[in-house]
Amino acid sequence: MSSVAVHAGLSPFFSAGSPDRQSELLKQITRSERLTPVLPASRLEVRPRPEMLPTGIPELDALTGGLPRGCLTEICGTTASGKSSVLLATIASATRREESCVLIDASDSFDPASGAAAGAAFARLLWVRCGWLKNRPSAISRQSSVVGRRSSARDLPPPLEMFSGLTGSPQSGNREPGAESHDARRTTRDEFRLEQVLKTTDLILQSGGFGLVAVDLAGIPEKFVRRIPLASWFRFQRAVEHTTTALLVISEIPCAQTCAALALRIGNQLSAISHQPSGPAHAVILETLHVQAELVRSRLERKPMHSVKATFKTRMP
Amino acid sequence: MPFACIFVPDFPVEAVLRAEPELRAQAIAVFEGKPPLQKIVSVNETARQAGVWPGMTKLQVEDGSEVLLRERSQAQEAAAHAALLDCAQSFSPRVEDAAADTVLLDLSGLEKLFGPSPAIAREISRRALEMGLETNVAVASTLEPALLAAHGFQGLSVVPGGKEAEFLGGLPVEVLFAGEVVDEEILETFRRWGVRNFRELAALPEVALSERLGQRGLELLRKARGQSLRELVPSGPPLQFEEVVELEFPVVLLEPLAFVLNYMLEQLCARLEGRALAAQELRLKLGLEDGRSSCFERTIRLPVPLLNAKTFLKLLQLDLKAHPPGAPVTKICLRIEPAKPRPAQNGLFLPASPEPEKLELTLARINGVVGEGRAGSPELLNTHRRDAFEMRRFTPAVSSGNGARPAARGRPALRKSNAFHSSYKNGNLVTALRIFRPPIVVRVKHKDGKPSHISSRKRKELSCSVLWAAGPWRSSGDWWERDSWIRDEWDIAIPEGGGVALYRLVHDLVSGLWMLEGSYD
Repeated sequence: MSSVAVHAGLSPFFSAGSPDRQSELLKQITRSERLTPVLPASRLEVRPRPEMLPTGIPELDALTGGLPRGCLTEICGTTASGKSSVLLATIASATRREESCVLIDASDSFDPASGAAAGAAFARLLWVRCGWLKNRPSAISRQSSVVGRRSSARDLPPPLEMFSGLTGSPQSGNREPGAESHDARRTTRDEFRLEQVLKTTDLILQSGGFGLVAVDLAGIPEKFVRRIPLASWFRFQRAVEHTTTALLVISEIPCAQTCAALALRIGNQLSAISHQPSGPAHAVILETLHVQAELVRSRLERKPMHSVKATFKTRMP
Repeated sequence: MPFACIFVPDFPVEAVLRAEPELRAQAIAVFEGKPPLQKIVSVNETARQAGVWPGMTKLQVEDGSEVLLRERSQAQEAAAHAALLDCAQSFSPRVEDAAADTVLLDLSGLEKLFGPSPAIAREISRRALEMGLETNVAVASTLEPALLAAHGFQGLSVVPGGKEAEFLGGLPVEVLFAGEVVDEEILETFRRWGVRNFRELAALPEVALSERLGQRGLELLRKARGQSLRELVPSGPPLQFEEVVELEFPVVLLEPLAFVLNYMLEQLCARLEGRALAAQELRLKLGLEDGRSSCFERTIRLPVPLLNAKTFLKLLQLDLKAHPPGAPVTKICLRIEPAKPRPAQNGLFLPASPEPEKLELTLARINGVVGEGRAGSPELLNTHRRDAFEMRRFTPAVSSGNGARPAARGRPALRKSNAFHSSYKNGNLVTALRIFRPPIVVRVKHKDGKPSHISSRKRKELSCSVLWAAGPWRSSGDWWERDSWIRDEWDIAIPEGGGVALYRLVHDLVSGLWMLEGSYD
């Protein structure tokens, strides 16, 4: 009956065709490549779980399994939350396993003494210090092709303007910082740092061969971190896909959004202090930070109903 | 035992054409001397057909002819000669440097590698052409017939064994002086006797010739008959790989300079490859047109021996962009320090590391983005001064099991104390300190001898009361130096963003300033 109903439904669209002709047409339509049948879920290709990079923190590794290679991992936390300690531990763990690591330090705040105390092998760590250049190349060298000129310096063209992709406003490359307010100078400096971070990350990921690439955006104001286009994170994520590189982003707020395969939130529960209430100030010692890590999002496995957390302690060096 | 001779005809012209290959089809004449007595010393075949000959003055050639004139360059000829030697050395270790334009080599044992003598001659000619030199190559069973055939015949020649006299018979007697100073008196004597070629000279009786021309005549007679008593005197390989180009017009832009550098790099890499060597260091020396004939030098030291012309070109381009010479370039001298190539054998279970060629380019690009000296591996200095470290070049260490690095020059590197390792092994993680560079200067109010309130002009969010303070701990050092230091450190907690932030507060007793050195995170 259904076939009759179908034929009846189709008859307005076919000009006076016989039932045999209509059934023949129906068969041709169903055989069309554009009507590929939907695959059942059991036949879908199973995506293998990526290899994990241990962070060196047993509690955190038990929570997440480590950092996934070929994926972007985001760790967020406020000041004194312990996120930098997690970063140090991960770098130390990776370098001790003789993997080459990169730390792209947006605010140039890495402390080598802390890194050495954490056990990092600096021979395998490439530390990129972003920041204000004291001796930036002159305008004449920034022009792509000029090697030298016969004319004097007075005849040189005006310096190139440096376009900041984040603010969309051109900035003069030779503008003296002292001529502006401190806030304006700091704004320009932060934009410059972020621009360096994005360029350097692109270069590092294109080069490849690193086990861990860590981008430390802590210390950059929130308003600038938010302006990093999602396309940049997507580009970074695609760059490490199908590689053995784990891309780790440390920031105070979430910025990579859906591009992060694993997102953690780090918080500081309280500071354990060993002291004598009536004793002198120099007898008061800050011993440990109690750090709590919460799994916010994971594309690697099914997210549990309730937030999963892990707590661990860090020791003062 | 076969021998080969590689001869470069019109060598001064070939040296010029090696630097400017696009001129090969044109008539070229090379001159030398001081004006106005500059004379032509060498011409190519096209110029010869145009009626220009060595010995003419420059003014005669300039007058209405289409021949391109180039001044003779000893540096370019030296580079061409070095390339010729490299070409010969790539075939045989026994090479004699007979003259600037002539090289002799022993071909013993090469049949198994290259095949019969004609194939060897073809391969030699092809490789010389890759190095920018058009050559005559001759192969013979003895040395002097090979030398004479290379000077007498163009292109490839294979002298059949035992038939040297017959093969060389048609060559003019002038060829007998190949590689030597021409004896005009003997040549004149041969002309008066009507002896014009080898065959006619070889037919002369020995005794009569020796009576008239002495031992020299006998020597020439022996050569004409294809006999050879000469032994190969091997010369050592040259120690430097250098290419020099003197530009016709000063170069202002980077692109044409890169074009010339690319060609020079390809030549140098071909020479290194012929000797199974790689490059450890690139030295670029540019002659500038700034009225003072000054030189501009740049050195690029490679972390591992590499041999890739494109990589070298990119490194030089990035370096010149970051450090432009500042004046038009008139002369380019590029020198490569050779080194044995590294044996790359990666372990099966070792983690992958960046490729040296890619890494070198990436580091050069990063230096262009963040500045020189701001990308590398930190190395702590052996001092208690805070934040004392040096940036070293990033070279992923070869796996040695302990990650040991050689000690840095100057101040010795800080050795990791056993205390660090044992505390880490106990599973306690280290709290990181994020350093403020530069430190944030603050004003501090005290209460009961402890900081109670801090304020900062530049960071308004840090102006607040201190919740908790621990310290001070005094440290000092370098009291025997001019830059001695002494400071008191505090750990403080201040409210921030709804929570508590921990900072390290420092009182510099030398300057009297209070500063926030870093935050614990």
